Amino acid sequence: MGTSRSSRAAGLRAGAADSLGVGLGIFPLGIALGVLVIQAGLPWWLAPALSIGVFAGSVELLLVSLITTATPLLTIAVTVFAVNFRHVFYPLSFPIHAIRPGLGRAYSIYAMIDEAYATYVLMPAEKISSVRMLTGQILMQAYWVLGGLIGVALASLLPEPIEGFEFALVALFVVMALDAARTKAAIPSVVLAGLAVAAAIVAFPQAEVLAALVIFTVLLVVRYLWERRPGAATPATEATHAA
Amino acid sequence: MQPSVGYMVLAVVIAGVITVLLRALPFAILKPLRKSKFVHALGRWMPAGILVILAVVMLKDQLFAAPGRWWMALVATAVTVVVHLCLGRRALLSIFSGTAVYIVLLNFV
Repeated sequence: MGTSRSSRAAGLRAGAADSLGVGLGIFPLGIALGVLVIQAGLPWWLAPALSIGVFAGSVELLLVSLITTATPLLTIAVTVFAVNFRHVFYPLSFPIHAIRPGLGRAYSIYAMIDEAYATYVLMPAEKISSVRMLTGQILMQAYWVLGGLIGVALASLLPEPIEGFEFALVALFVVMALDAARTKAAIPSVVLAGLAVAAAIVAFPQAEVLAALVIFTVLLVVRYLWERRPGAATPATEATHAA
Repeated sequence: MQPSVGYMVLAVVIAGVITVLLRALPFAILKPLRKSKFVHALGRWMPAGILVILAVVMLKDQLFAAPGRWWMALVATAVTVVVHLCLGRRALLSIFSGTAVYIVLLNFV
C-alpha cells in the first residue's frame, strides 16, 4: 500500500538483477541435485520436495545420499543440525529489518541461504527495500527448484551434462569476500577469519565451516575485550599475541 | 531397495524444521540484545570474515573436486580476482569470466 508503483517496479528489477549472478551458481547446482536424485534411484518428487521443504543447498545434496542409504532419522537430524548450524551467526548482520514484519519477513528468514546472506549483508540500507530483497530471494529459490526439475528430466536423457558450472558459486563468494575486504576497517576481521579457517581445515576437516565460524567468533570476542580494555590507546606491547 | 515414501517424507520434514529453526530462533533471541554494544560490534565485524571463510572452504572443496586438475580452479579463481579488481568490480562480469575459464579448462584441456 505504502509503496508507489514505480518504486515497486524498481525493487522488482533490482531484486531480479541481484539474483542473476547468484543464479549462475544456484541453477546448475539445482540441476546437479535433480540428476543425483534420479541416479540414486529415488522418486523425482524428492528434488522439489527438498528444495521447498529444506532449501539449503549443501544439506539437500547430502540428504540425497543419506536417504539413499536409509540412514536413521536421528542421524539425519543431527547431521542437518551440524551442517546448518552456521546460520545462527547470520542474524547478527542480515538486514531483516528492511522487510516489514509478517509473511514477507517469515519467508525471508526461511529463505536465508548463504547466497542471500552474501548478497544483502553489505548492501547500504538506503538501497535495500522489502520488494527488492523478497524478489531476489524468491527468484533464488525459483532457480533452485526449477534447476532440480530440469535435472530430473535431464538425467533420463543426457548421459553426462557439461561439467564446471558449479564454479560460479566459488567465484561468487570470492567476489563477495573481495568486496567485503576492500576497506581498511575490514582488515582485522579478514586476518582473524583467515586464521580461523586455516586452523579449522587442519584441526576439524569434518566440520570446517562450523569450526571456522566458532573459532572466528571466539577471536572476535577476544578482539572486543582487547579494544575495550582499560588504557586501550597503547596496543603495541602485546599486539602480536594472536600470531 | 528404495526407501519407503513415509521415511522420505519424514526425512524432508525433520531436515526442514531443523533448518528453519536454526535460521529463525537467533532472530527471536537477538531482539533483547539489539542494544548491546557487543552484539553491534559482532554484527559489524562478522560479514567480511564469514564471507572469507565461506570463500576459502568452497575454493578448497573445488580444488579437491577434480583430482589432478586442481590447478584449473586456481587459474579460474585468479582470473575472477584479476577481472574483478581490474575491470571495475562488476560482480556478474567477474563471476562469468572465472566460470567460463573453469568450464573451458575442465572440458577441453
